[in-house]
Amino acid sequence: MEQFSNNNSILAVIVQKENKAKVAGGVPIFYTEDERELEEISMLLARLTLGMVHDLGNGVKIIMKH
Amino acid sequence: MFKHGELLVVSILVGSIARALILRIDYRQFPSYPHSYLIHLTLGAIASTLGALFIPALLAKEYIAVTFLTIGAQQFRDVRSLERDSLNSIEKTELIPRGTAYIEGIAKLFEARNYLALLTALITSLIYYYSDLLWAVIGGVVFAYTLHYFMQGITIAEIAEVKIVPLNIKGMNIGIEQTIILNVGEKSALKKWQEEGIGIKIVPKDENARATLANLGQRQAIIHDLSILMGIKLDQGMQQFTPLARLDLDNGTLNLIIIPQEPDPVFIQKAIKQIPVLESSQRKPLKSKYGQKAAD
Repeated sequence: MEQFSNNNSILAVIVQKENKAKVAGGVPIFYTEDERELEEISMLLARLTLGMVHDLGNGVKIIMKH
Repeated sequence: MFKHGELLVVSILVGSIARALILRIDYRQFPSYPHSYLIHLTLGAIASTLGALFIPALLAKEYIAVTFLTIGAQQFRDVRSLERDSLNSIEKTELIPRGTAYIEGIAKLFEARNYLALLTALITSLIYYYSDLLWAVIGGVVFAYTLHYFMQGITIAEIAEVKIVPLNIKGMNIGIEQTIILNVGEKSALKKWQEEGIGIKIVPKDENARATLANLGQRQAIIHDLSILMGIKLDQGMQQFTPLARLDLDNGTLNLIIIPQEPDPVFIQKAIKQIPVLESSQRKPLKSKYGQKAAD
């Protein structure tokens, strides 16, 4: 699937409140209270949008459609 | 019976039966359903009829009738687009698509097999005209078998070694050795990859194989076939478990990660080895002077 598509796009960004400064921009940004909520929200959003969660490694998670 | 009746019947039968047998042999690669079977049997019979009519037409000095062979060729080109269209239209419903290169290969093959039926019938009728029934049947069968033998492509086993290796998971990145293939953001998904994921290294035997394995269509064909043969834990909206294949840029090794339903290393290896190398993906840099010199 991924290999032939060229419309990869970021659908949403999920980040803990303490990392607020790390994100900005035109896609929906979800702030969460803690780690557990971050996991939960990102999983739910991925299922709902048929997208996939990626972890940027700095506490920011993004939902991408491949 | 009418003139050349026996010649026609024999050639049409031999041609059609040759087509039918090949349809049976390849049931795994090209899942055909009852209707698809009937379509191809009928087209095979039509092709055989065209081939069988060639000699009687010449005998009747109806030279212009030879042009019906071109109508046949036209007809079989339609077979190719028919097969291509139908596979393309179900592509959206596949969890792991075949990829356009694979579809093109299948479509081409179905076209070529009609020519096989046509040529077999033609050869049979030719032999029948010059000798008798027995020799015609034997000749037709031998011809069909030989042609089919040369039409068979090569498999992965002939161009590469297949090794099963553990996954290399660093943080949220999954890979094989130094190649990072997939980044998953979910802890539960990462755990599943850790527990059930399997890494496969497909190591090309030479520069030709390296160029062939680098082809995206070939990679997609490998993933598609492997996921059918070994089963796969994947569903819509579960893209975090998508099997992926990425090249190791330094040596051209194809690294593949997958979560199979049947995690049996021996059979996974065997399954990959018998996956066909696509005609349209094959590259042969070693056949050129400069390619060969550069490879030394």
